[in-house]
Formats: sequence, C-alpha cells, structure tokens
Amino acid sequence: MLGHNLAKGFIPYWAANPDQPGAEVFNHTAKVVCSRQLTTSPWPNTTIALYAAAAPFWYIAGKRIKKMLSMRMVPLLSVFAAFSFIIMMFNLPLPGGTTGHATGAAIAAIVLGPWGSILAVSIALAIQAIFFGDGGILAIGANSFNIAVVGSFVAIWVYNAVAGKSALTASRRVIAAGLAGYLSINAAAFVTALQFGVQPMWFTDANGAPLYAPYGLDVAIPAMMIGHIGIAGLAEMFITAGVVAYLQRSDVALLSLTAQKDAESKVDGTWAGTRRLWVMIALMMVLSPLGLLAAGTAWGEWGAEEFADPAARQAITEASLGATPPVDSTPEGLLTLGSWFEAPIPDYAVPFISNEVVGYIFSAVMGTGLVMLCFLLYGAIADRFRNNNGATN
Amino acid sequence: MGGEAHHGKRRGNFIQRTIDALTETLERSLYAEQFSEQRGLLQQLDPRVKFVSMLGLIITAAAARHVWVVAAVALCALFFAFISRIPIIKSFGPIWLGMFIFSGLIAFPAIFITPGPTLATVPWLQWNVSAYGLQSAVFLLLRSEVSITLSFLLIMTTPWMHVLKSMRVIGIPTLVVVILGMTYRYIFLMLQSASDMFEARQSRMIGKLPDKEARRLAAATVGVLLSKSFQLGNDVFLAMQSRGYRGEVYTLDEFALRRSDYVAIPFMLLIVCTGLWFGLQ
Repeated sequence: MLGHNLAKGFIPYWAANPDQPGAEVFNHTAKVVCSRQLTTSPWPNTTIALYAAAAPFWYIAGKRIKKMLSMRMVPLLSVFAAFSFIIMMFNLPLPGGTTGHATGAAIAAIVLGPWGSILAVSIALAIQAIFFGDGGILAIGANSFNIAVVGSFVAIWVYNAVAGKSALTASRRVIAAGLAGYLSINAAAFVTALQFGVQPMWFTDANGAPLYAPYGLDVAIPAMMIGHIGIAGLAEMFITAGVVAYLQRSDVALLSLTAQKDAESKVDGTWAGTRRLWVMIALMMVLSPLGLLAAGTAWGEWGAEEFADPAARQAITEASLGATPPVDSTPEGLLTLGSWFEAPIPDYAVPFISNEVVGYIFSAVMGTGLVMLCFLLYGAIADRFRNNNGATN
Repeated sequence: MGGEAHHGKRRGNFIQRTIDALTETLERSLYAEQFSEQRGLLQQLDPRVKFVSMLGLIITAAAARHVWVVAAVALCALFFAFISRIPIIKSFGPIWLGMFIFSGLIAFPAIFITPGPTLATVPWLQWNVSAYGLQSAVFLLLRSEVSITLSFLLIMTTPWMHVLKSMRVIGIPTLVVVILGMTYRYIFLMLQSASDMFEARQSRMIGKLPDKEARRLAAATVGVLLSKSFQLGNDVFLAMQSRGYRGEVYTLDEFALRRSDYVAIPFMLLIVCTGLWFGLQ
C-alpha cells in the first residue's frame, strides 16, 4: 500500500531496474495507491483507491448514525437524502439579478449533525450521478468528500462557534447559519480547486500534455473561488440562514437536535471548549498565505541558514527591535537540533508544488487536516469509552 | 441543474424556473424508464452483467491515455444504443448538448492557455491554439460525454430497482442499496410536494415577486420540506415497524444468468481489456 508520492517514485524505479535484487518481488506484488486525485492507474498491477478519502468518513458516519438513531436511520436517512436532492434543484434569486443553486449540506448539518448530513448528502450526490447524470460516476467519491464531508464539518463548526449557547430562537443563530453556509461551500470549493489544480502536475502524457483537468492551481483556485465567493456562497448563505429563521418561527424542535448534543457535550467538557479553536484554525488556515505578503521575517522562526546570511541577519535585527544577533554565531543548539529534525514538508513548501503561495496554503490545509483528524479520532474513541461506561452502569 | 440548457425558453421568475427544473427531473426519469421494457440487446442481459460492463467501459475511457481509445469506447456505446433500439439523437441529444455546454465552458480556455506547441492562431485576436491545450480539451469533453452516455445506457435499459440491486456485485452493502432505493422513491414524492407548493403560490400571484421576498419564499419552502421530511421519516419507520421491521434488511434476489449473458460476459471482457491494453500503452 503506497501513498501517491511514494508510488510515483517507487513503481517506475523498480520497473526500470528489473535486474536488481528484490525487483522481482516489487514488480509483481499487487499495489494499492491511496489518492484522491488519481482517477486511473498509470502503472500495471496497481489499483487506485479513489474513494479512500471519503470512505473512513462514511464508515464512522454509518457507525455513529447507527448508534444515534438505531433502526430509525434507514427511513430517516432516505428521506433526508431525498430532501438534499430536491434542495439542489432550487433556483435561488440572488442580489444583482443572478440565480444560484445551494447544496443544502450546511442546513442538513445544522439539523442532523455532521454525520447524518455526510450520509444524506453523499446519497443524494450518488443518485444525482447514477440516475440523473449530474456529476459523473467515478467522481462520486471526490464529490462526496468535498461537498458532504468538508461542507458538513465546516458548517457545523462555524454554526456552533458563532451560535454558542444562545437560545434556539435567537437571531444570533440565523447569522451563525448564514456564515456556516457561506464558509462551508467555499471550503468545499477550495478543496475541489486543489484537487483540480494538482492534476496537470501529476497526469501528463509523454509530451507533457495534461491528461485530465488542464488547469494548474494558479487558474483552478481563482476560477473556482470567484464563482463560489460571489454566487454559490450567497445561495448557500441565504438558504441556510433563511431556513433556520423559518424553523425558529414554525418548528423549533428541529433546531434542538444539534444544539442539544452541544449542550450535552458541554457537561463533559470535551468538545465545546475546542469548537471555537477549530474555527480559529480554519480561519488561520485560509489566511495563512497572508504571512507571505507581510513584510519581514516570521519572528523566532529563523533557521541556521538565516543566521549565516547577512541580509537575513538584517531582517532579524529589524524584527527584534534593533537587537542584533551575536556576530558570526548561529545559535549552537539550532545548528545541532536543526540537523536532527527533517520536517516532512520542509519550509512549508510541498515538494511537488512549485508555486510558493499555493504550496503554503496546501501545507496549512494538510497540517490542519492532520490535526483535526487526530482530534476526531480521539473524540470517537472517547465517545466509545463513555458509551461503554454508560452501558455498564 | 445539468439539463437546464434546453429549457431556457421560459425565462420566467424563479418559481416558474424551479417548477420547470423539478418537472424536468420527473420527465427525464420517466422517459428513461420506458425503454427498459423494449426488446433490445442490452435489455436482454442480466443487470449485474450490464452494470459491471458499463462501469468497466467508463473506467476504460477514464484511464485511456490516447484520444482514439476514448473515441472507440464512444463508438461502442453508440453501437450498444443502436442495437438496444434507443433513439440516439432524441435520447442523448439533449444530454450531450448539456454536457457539451457545461464541460465546454471549462475546457474552452484550456485550448489557448495551456503551454505547448502552437497549432494555429485565431485571426484578429492573436490567440494561439496550443496542441496540448486542444488535446486536453478534447479529452475532457470526450471523456465526460462517454461516461454520461454509458451511464444513461444502463439506466435506460434497466429498471432502476435492478440497477440498485446489481450494485451489490461490486461490494456495496445491502443497507446502502436499500437506502438508495428508498431515497429514489422519496425524491419523486418530494418533487411532487415542492412542485405543488410552488404552483400553489404561483397561481395566487400577480406580477413579479421582489428578490428578497423570493428568497424568503424559497427558504420557507425548504423549511416546510424539512419538517415534512422528519414527519415522513418517522411515519415510514412506524409503518415499517408495524410490518415486522427489526433492523435487518432482506431483498428478493431473482437474478439468474441466462445463455445470452454467457455470450455477453466474454465479449464485454474482451472489449474492456482491449481498451485498457491500448489505452494504457
């Protein structure tokens, strides 16, 4: 089982050197490559786990829902998937005379919670692709990951962070819902743009002509984001905020599902405290390239090379309010420690991504994603322990 | 969404447009279903054989590194449509056009902005047509057209419940298949409710609704649908429970391979393997 980067170096190398010891084994073993971006395998004997990214979320979502709703889940999920499907057809008038479609992922996450929303929206996307030809069958995995998984999580985090402990009928919840809708669809679009943008770097024919999506990150990101910041984001914002406002007037019980869960976990003190943090991280993640535009150096983040370079020393002096670093002396600890630790993504520049800004964003997203995954895993395990304890008591 | 292109003549207000989109979805799936009863080649085959073959051909088209292989798969799809007695232009024309416009919008700029050897220059504008750009645009369009044609071929020649059941061949859990099947039914129910709500409003309305009001109306409709979904989900659960549902799902499995399938399996396998062989060279 290989990651995409390893596979890119590994498989061609051994295929090209069949005489070396071990080559026989490597070349003839079945290999699984985990990648969201690859849609096909350029290597013989290799299967692409295209759905690998969405699969663990579907799995956890299935388990959670099973626990939460037990037998009720089958009809309820079906009905909600149908609901999500219908929402995607609504033609919403936007300020300025255009119209837009919403995905409904944010409102589904607010009412059902993220796990229920992941399943319902994924099913709606699958039916769209299979029966109505919208979206492509091989893209169901990627679509579900972007819209259902990323969209639902961002929506519920933003909504809970902004809404806080406010009353179910508070207008703060309407604002929270609007923000959740707007940010969730934009996060989904951004992740999608990344997936499009890396394709021409990875998939070209012998001449270097792109085989799949032809646009690099420099085109894909602005092209996706302009449409979503301007149109799709607004559609999602109006629908999410509007529905929450409507439910406040007519069916407040529907809003209590996720709010109650929030209140419960507040007693345990595991999730509530971190929710705000999530949102801050997400915001910092999006804003991280601003760091490159800011003048000067990141204070305290100097490497050994920067102490050796005169221009960099000047920058350090300025950043340290005139305190010049000792002449000719890279701090010794930095020299020794610096050589010990090789970061997997040195200097935040992902090796296969040439553009610095984009690499920065990509690294931030990856890093944050890793942290979030760790926390989610922790949360899932902690929940299980709690439930077990509850069962034995 | 995807199929709005050929419905553009009624540029009415948002209510009318949403009703149109909803009705069109209904129409499209009813139209697709009528062909599954006809006597044609694909209709004779076992749904599982069809499902795996179509998926194999879609993967072949997606994997191919040469345009001609994708084009060959496209010809194959047309051939299957022809011998399954599906009117090609009438059935696929609107779908192809919609896909062409949608993917074309994405693919078109690539012709000019992808780096590569210059093939020609557009007079007056002085835009250079890049060979690689043209190639990747053709790839993108052709692949999406082939994929959508093949999936519609499957849908048009197979009752949808059979399509769902055949998904279990590739390891999709029964529970997921059941949820997909129920969802498909509820979609029609909710299309009807949404359409009724909009029509009721439309029939009581004179003049144009201000945008702000229209957004309120849309949100309120979604809210009503949401409440209805909850109600419906609970009702259906109770109905299922009273009929003995205890959380396990069983489906009838009456599929059996026939002689035509035993002919079709090696044939399809040959096409897919040949396609993959040439496509990956």
